[in-house]
Amino acid sequence: MVRIIHRMMKNSVEVRDLVVRRGGREVLKGIGFTIEEGSVTGLLGPSGCGKSTLMRALVGVQQLTSGSVQVFGEEAGTSALRSRIGYVTQEVSVYDDLTVAENLTFFAKVLGVSGDKVDESIGAVDLQSQADQVVGRLSGGQRSRASLAVALLGSPDLLVLDEPTVGLDPVLRRDLWKLFHQIAARGAAVFVSSHVMDEADRCDRLLLMREGVIIADDTPDGIREKTRTDDIESAFLSLVEDTGDAA
Amino acid sequence: MNPRITLGVARRVLTQIRRDHRTAAMLLVLPCLLMTLLWWMFVDSPVQFFDRLGPGLLALFPFIIMFLVTSVTTLRERSSGTLERLLAMPMGKLDFLLGYAIAFGVVAAIQSALAVALSVGLLGLDVQGPIWLLTVVAIADAVLGSALGLFVSAFATTEFQAVQFMPAFVVPQILLCGLFIPREQLPPVLEAISNVLPLSYATDAMKTLSTTSATGDVWQDVAIVTAFALAALGLGAATLRRRTP
Repeated sequence: MVRIIHRMMKNSVEVRDLVVRRGGREVLKGIGFTIEEGSVTGLLGPSGCGKSTLMRALVGVQQLTSGSVQVFGEEAGTSALRSRIGYVTQEVSVYDDLTVAENLTFFAKVLGVSGDKVDESIGAVDLQSQADQVVGRLSGGQRSRASLAVALLGSPDLLVLDEPTVGLDPVLRRDLWKLFHQIAARGAAVFVSSHVMDEADRCDRLLLMREGVIIADDTPDGIREKTRTDDIESAFLSLVEDTGDAA
Repeated sequence: MNPRITLGVARRVLTQIRRDHRTAAMLLVLPCLLMTLLWWMFVDSPVQFFDRLGPGLLALFPFIIMFLVTSVTTLRERSSGTLERLLAMPMGKLDFLLGYAIAFGVVAAIQSALAVALSVGLLGLDVQGPIWLLTVVAIADAVLGSALGLFVSAFATTEFQAVQFMPAFVVPQILLCGLFIPREQLPPVLEAISNVLPLSYATDAMKTLSTTSATGDVWQDVAIVTAFALAALGLGAATLRRRTP
């Protein structure tokens, strides 16, 4: 039991007082939270609330205004971390004029991983039959899965996924969430954002975000209990009304 | 820097070019067609203008084409998110830039070899110096064009802007490089400016090759062009930011 608690306490990411200003606007307004390894943490909030900026900060490609982001005990973005983090941006960041297999082979070379990982990643996102097709001719969902496959290549210890399930077929969405949990079960920390509240229950832990502030940080059940609501959508509304009253 | 990654980038860029048949065809055929057009223009003229202008244009084409192709491709890489993804991976900035330079250097080598072979073999361009050195100069020009294209792509946010850098960066160099009027005959201020522009040395090298068989000056010019290309690559590396606002 003690070991389990110890394991649960182990943080992959620690964010403190994080403020990010972009184009004169404060996008993140002093955020603090931790992400534990071996779990799937969801970041839920409406589009434009700062989710992508927060994810960019974790990966270390965002200029910070103040505060700190530590990943595995090091400042986010240091070169030692680059091979340990898998990152999928919201836009599909693979080469449209290459096939799925060519894209993965290229990124595998950059990461220095073997060719076996290419087939393994293609299999994990269920693109085997499209492996030799040019990415530009695939459907939107297939393209975003190709982008996801790149992030799986390096068997990352921290997987940061910006809206990976948008526009996907429900069966596939279920399979991907299963995959995220499998990856977490191997000890990695998985951090997934979504603007769809019904994905909340697929996460071990939730961060609810609105207008650059985290308004709740708990398990899905914990959030429902605290707000005395039945679903996360109502919980979100109730939390927004509460903070509105406080202001 | 890591050769595995550098060559990986070069190979990927070449695969992309090969996949795009129209671009590949234009890269290889266009310089040949333009040289043929130039030859045809002066076919009835008593003065040997083709011999006079041909070598300079052989320096110019790879420079212009590679400048355009590279600035647009790199911009696409910046806007599609693939650059951000690569920079979040264990990839050195120089791996990225040199990978591109190698890929476009290979394209330039094939392109120039074809244009030189056609000009000298079929169109009867008169070259005193070694013909293979003509190709070396053309490759150096192409790498210079790529390096400058990579550098300016950092200052463009759209492909429209990237293309506009061509008249801004390239046309003044064409005007002052000695193709229209020998550089010594320019007004002193313009001559001084032409002395610090890389294309002037590329044109000088080609001119020397067409008039004498001595190669010492040519190698010096090639060295200057290469130095400019390396400086542009260095500046290009400085514009690649891992962290963006």
